[in-house]
Amino acid sequence: MLLSSSIFVFLFSILAGLIGSILGIGGGMIVIPILTLGMGVPIHIAIGAGLVSVITTSSGAAIAYVKDKISNIRLGMFLETATTMGAVTGAFIGALVSPKTLYIVFGLLMAYSAYTMFKKRKTELPKDVVEHPLAARLKLSSEYHDKLYGETIPYKVAGVYPAYGVMYIAGVLSGLLGIGSGSFKVLGMDIFMKLPMKVSSATSNFMMGVTAAASAGVYFARGDIDPLVAGPVGLGVLIGARVGTKVMERLKNKTVRYMFIPVLAYTAVEMLWKGWTLR
Amino acid sequence: MKTRNEIDNEVLISLSLKVGVYTSAIIVAIGLALFYSSGHSGYAPGVFPTSLYAVYLGLVVGKPAAIVSLGLYLLILTPVFRVAASVFLFFFEKDYLYTAITLFVLGILLFGLFFGAAF
Repeated sequence: MLLSSSIFVFLFSILAGLIGSILGIGGGMIVIPILTLGMGVPIHIAIGAGLVSVITTSSGAAIAYVKDKISNIRLGMFLETATTMGAVTGAFIGALVSPKTLYIVFGLLMAYSAYTMFKKRKTELPKDVVEHPLAARLKLSSEYHDKLYGETIPYKVAGVYPAYGVMYIAGVLSGLLGIGSGSFKVLGMDIFMKLPMKVSSATSNFMMGVTAAASAGVYFARGDIDPLVAGPVGLGVLIGARVGTKVMERLKNKTVRYMFIPVLAYTAVEMLWKGWTLR
Repeated sequence: MKTRNEIDNEVLISLSLKVGVYTSAIIVAIGLALFYSSGHSGYAPGVFPTSLYAVYLGLVVGKPAAIVSLGLYLLILTPVFRVAASVFLFFFEKDYLYTAITLFVLGILLFGLFFGAAF
């Protein structure tokens, strides 16, 4: 990697960290296409850098969100049992499933999610949520302090089983493709557990680093973590993520949702395109 | 309402993440600064250390890419440390259900780290 391109990688990584931390996605989905399509970096090196980006966004954002108590630690830890199991499974079955199939299935799911989110775009906070009995037993329902409204908002957690299933799949995809699959995690919490959007985004941020760490060690040993690519990505994303968390706390839940829909739609198209063109 | 213990717990997790992330970021920054100023990574183009031992060999002779790799490896370990810290915090909170849940997550993570290279 040339010196000038390494500096360019550093600069766009700041932007990726900013967007990633606001939306609760790892930035891998932003970094990987720019590295491969834009700069001709081999796909496995780009995925390695993507994982580093995921861990940095996650840790950088979690520092702020955990302290400000937007992320739900118990919920995150409980769902991490599913994502990490999924990540390990993904690493095991990686050789068995064709990436083409994966890309297309993933792309279709994302497109459907974008549509679902678009339908409920007017929702600011979930209403009349019936708490799942398991959620009560696991003390998942909680509250968060919303800086925009200056008040503490309590919430209940629904749909534990379908959300747990979605988390497992998110973990498998993470292990297979080296992404944080944050958008998938946010979806599971938003659609099934019916959490406030900001809580979903912050908790997804908190969880992603752990899921990515499970597969990052493998990539390091395989020689896919190139310091001259992953180094500037990690540093740039960290700077962006620190700024992003400050911005997100002051946004409306609706605004975060509005920003999320085009990203989801774009990712869906990109995934389907990749699946279509892959041999 | 949250107990005092729980609040301390969250601040501690946040602090442990902060230490891990900033330590690794500083190491990465030092390595990159050396690379940007000298224009050499210390390795042939496309070559870089891929094991802890190779990182160590590069570090003792001060190769910039090895310094960056050390920082990145610490970064990868940060979430693992965070989970390990949470095990103790839940335990001291006497929340045994969540001690078990967190211990399970840590177990899977360590399994992935140790057996990962075999895949």
